[in-house]
Amino acid sequence: MSLIPHIKGRSLFQPSKNNIDFVTLSNYLLTSSIATVLLSLVFLAVQGLNYGVDFRGGSIIEIRSKNGPPNIESLRETVGSLGLGDIQIQTFGTDSDLLIRVEQQKGGEKAQQYALERILSTIGENYEKRRAETVGPTVSEELRTTGLIAVLCSVLAIICYVWFRFEWQFAVGAVVALVHDIIITIGVFSIFQLEFDLSTVAALMTILGYSVNDTVVVSDRIRENLKKYKKISLSSLVNRSINETLARTLMTSLTTLIVLLAIYIFGGQVIRNFTFAMMFGVIIGTYSSIFILGPLLMKLDVKRDWPNASNS
Amino acid sequence: MKETKVMLFFSRWKIITILSICFVAFCYALPNIFPAEAIKSWPTWLPKKQIPLGLDLRGGAHLLYTLDANKLRASMLRNLRRDVRKTLISAKIKHIAGRGENGIRVRISNKEDMLNALEKIRQLSQPSLSGVLLNNSKEELTVTQVSDKIIHVFINEASVRNSLAETINGAIEIIRRRVNSFGTAEPNIMRQGTDRILVQVPGVEDTSSLKDLIGKTAKLTFHEVHPTNGILSTFQPARGEYRSYPSAENSSNFYNFYFLKEIPVLRGDLLKNALQGYDQFTNEPVISFTFNQEGARIFAKFTTQNINRPFAIVLDGKVLSAPVIREPILGGSGQISGGFSSKTANELAIQLRSGSLPADLTVVEERTVGPSLGSDSIKSGLIAGTVGIAAVILITILVYGTFGIFAVLGLILNGIFIVALMTKIGFVLTLPGIAGLILTIGMAVDANVLIYERIKEELACGKKAIVAIDLGFKRAIVTIFDSQLTTLVAAIIMFWLGSGPIRGFAITLSIGIFTSIFTSMVIVRALVSLWFQTKRKKGRDIIVPI
Repeated sequence: MSLIPHIKGRSLFQPSKNNIDFVTLSNYLLTSSIATVLLSLVFLAVQGLNYGVDFRGGSIIEIRSKNGPPNIESLRETVGSLGLGDIQIQTFGTDSDLLIRVEQQKGGEKAQQYALERILSTIGENYEKRRAETVGPTVSEELRTTGLIAVLCSVLAIICYVWFRFEWQFAVGAVVALVHDIIITIGVFSIFQLEFDLSTVAALMTILGYSVNDTVVVSDRIRENLKKYKKISLSSLVNRSINETLARTLMTSLTTLIVLLAIYIFGGQVIRNFTFAMMFGVIIGTYSSIFILGPLLMKLDVKRDWPNASNS
Repeated sequence: MKETKVMLFFSRWKIITILSICFVAFCYALPNIFPAEAIKSWPTWLPKKQIPLGLDLRGGAHLLYTLDANKLRASMLRNLRRDVRKTLISAKIKHIAGRGENGIRVRISNKEDMLNALEKIRQLSQPSLSGVLLNNSKEELTVTQVSDKIIHVFINEASVRNSLAETINGAIEIIRRRVNSFGTAEPNIMRQGTDRILVQVPGVEDTSSLKDLIGKTAKLTFHEVHPTNGILSTFQPARGEYRSYPSAENSSNFYNFYFLKEIPVLRGDLLKNALQGYDQFTNEPVISFTFNQEGARIFAKFTTQNINRPFAIVLDGKVLSAPVIREPILGGSGQISGGFSSKTANELAIQLRSGSLPADLTVVEERTVGPSLGSDSIKSGLIAGTVGIAAVILITILVYGTFGIFAVLGLILNGIFIVALMTKIGFVLTLPGIAGLILTIGMAVDANVLIYERIKEELACGKKAIVAIDLGFKRAIVTIFDSQLTTLVAAIIMFWLGSGPIRGFAITLSIGIFTSIFTSMVIVRALVSLWFQTKRKKGRDIIVPI
């Protein structure tokens, strides 16, 4: 053990010195939170989501040009002339990689595969086939339903858990924070028309877990302080709790964001969407555990007459 | 010093247990960083298993088939109607039988036959007697008398379900045999839900030839040829029991159609074996076949009765050849020629051996990944992991100093544990799985952060080092459990509902939750306690370096 040097840590965030008035701050931010949620909902209603192949059906084909940068225009023309409906071709990650999106064909399951085979044989020998995915109408519809069920089930399970562990005010706070995070994240996917697929749903569920994790840590501290300090006002108690946990909240968000950034930059194009959703979710989740939970608890008037804490 | 005993004291045997757990995990994780060839020469006592890679990392084809339950039900109804008619005709009961949506409706011409008819139809429900439907469910049919002349016969839903399950299982076997004959390594063929079959074949890019091989029905039948007008130059409309069958050869052959009895003498499902061989005289590729006992009996009878007349060998509705029977074939074996190459003869023999797929199977989802994308994904996953984890290590040591080093040791061990567990259990690693692994390591710092921040707070309150450290671990554990459990809930639901790559993510995430609780609460605590004990022996004031 004497091999271990005595290194002094340097706090990035000083908990004892922080005394930010989060409660007052969040009263201002609450309006913008509500506005963002509403904006997201409007975009979802008007513009909807840009479903990926999992949910939309049809095909995607990733190809790589064998001889230098591909001629997208001519490819668009040849593939477009096959009469397979709307076909999008764009570069994917690098200049020589292309992604072809084919809309779902009319005429059931077999038509999808026929379309895929037609395109693959048209593309010819100048391209290397990297990936091809075809999802038929039955499966895409099923995946949409299971995706929705998965998110709803997770929210429900988490509500039950928080309710079981804390008082109902905390559960309500956690749920509002969660719904806020989920709606805004989906909203961003709608606003920028980012591809929304099965991996995005997985990211959403991980965000749920992460966001509630943050919320639980803050709730734990609020409850502990409720037992400890009976005289101080609820708003300064909530402020105190958030300030005390701030160092932890920020440190964990930082390490999580750093690995996500590494995956986003180096992990390849295939999971870039997934990582983006995660990064966004971590940021919004951190925000909601600081600025949403506390003020809600104050509005819901959490009880103060706790039995004495077994404080040493 | 009572509190030291509680959280900060580790007995010798505990330390030894922890060290041995780490050693075992290390041994299981180790093979993953070596190429497969290098591992072969290792001593036998070392584990050699590597994490199986998902299709998205190794490249390959993923096909999801669905069996149409409605078509199956329709064919069961057809069989049922045929059976009912056969039974009633042999009992000389005049009747009309019609097919409805879920059953058949039988109108008996004479009221007096009613009881007899009911009894006969009910006997059909006895599995041993029907033989056509199922043979393992007790009550297959619901037979009700609606009026004095009308009987309704329904196939029970349970027996439809049973039949679906059996058909799926049969289809899985057939697909397995066909895919195995394709000659690729470790195909994975399994049932999904009630009516789906998942086929995963690593290393296959050309799905269309794979699908052809799996989907080919290879329906072989032997037909009687019309006695006087068997060979036609043009298509003839069906007459009586006979109808036109096209020739398999689409050349300028003069004989384009054959006039054959529609109900075959024999079906390919009575074949016992089929092999590719060569004709002993012409050296032309042929398929030699052997019938099972029943087939041999029918074939012997038929060939005895039809000497010097042709019979037609029909594959998938097309006539391969129509040889003339020279002598009775009693042994139940023969050969088929029809202008095959040795490759097509071999493929056909495989299809005949493995039987035909029982009902319409449709591909509803298809994903292929080429080998280049797979290896690119592994590479980029490794780079992302190295960069991400290095950054986390740096920050952790920067913020928590010596204690940060302990946390980092915990993180590294955490990674080893996850890899070891996945290897041992044989969970498949996918690209999202790699992301999950990196993310887990990033998030696992959280447990340490919770503990260390707590220690800092307790120190700030003016508590002694030992008390602060002890309280830090004690108080943080509740929060750690709470926060990890919620992530676990999400991961379990994700596993339950997800498929393929997403499952891989859910798996690494869940395993990571357990291992990170273990590393932060046991290993990091042991390290801190060891550090504490060495410091105390030196007898100086203990300053917590965070």
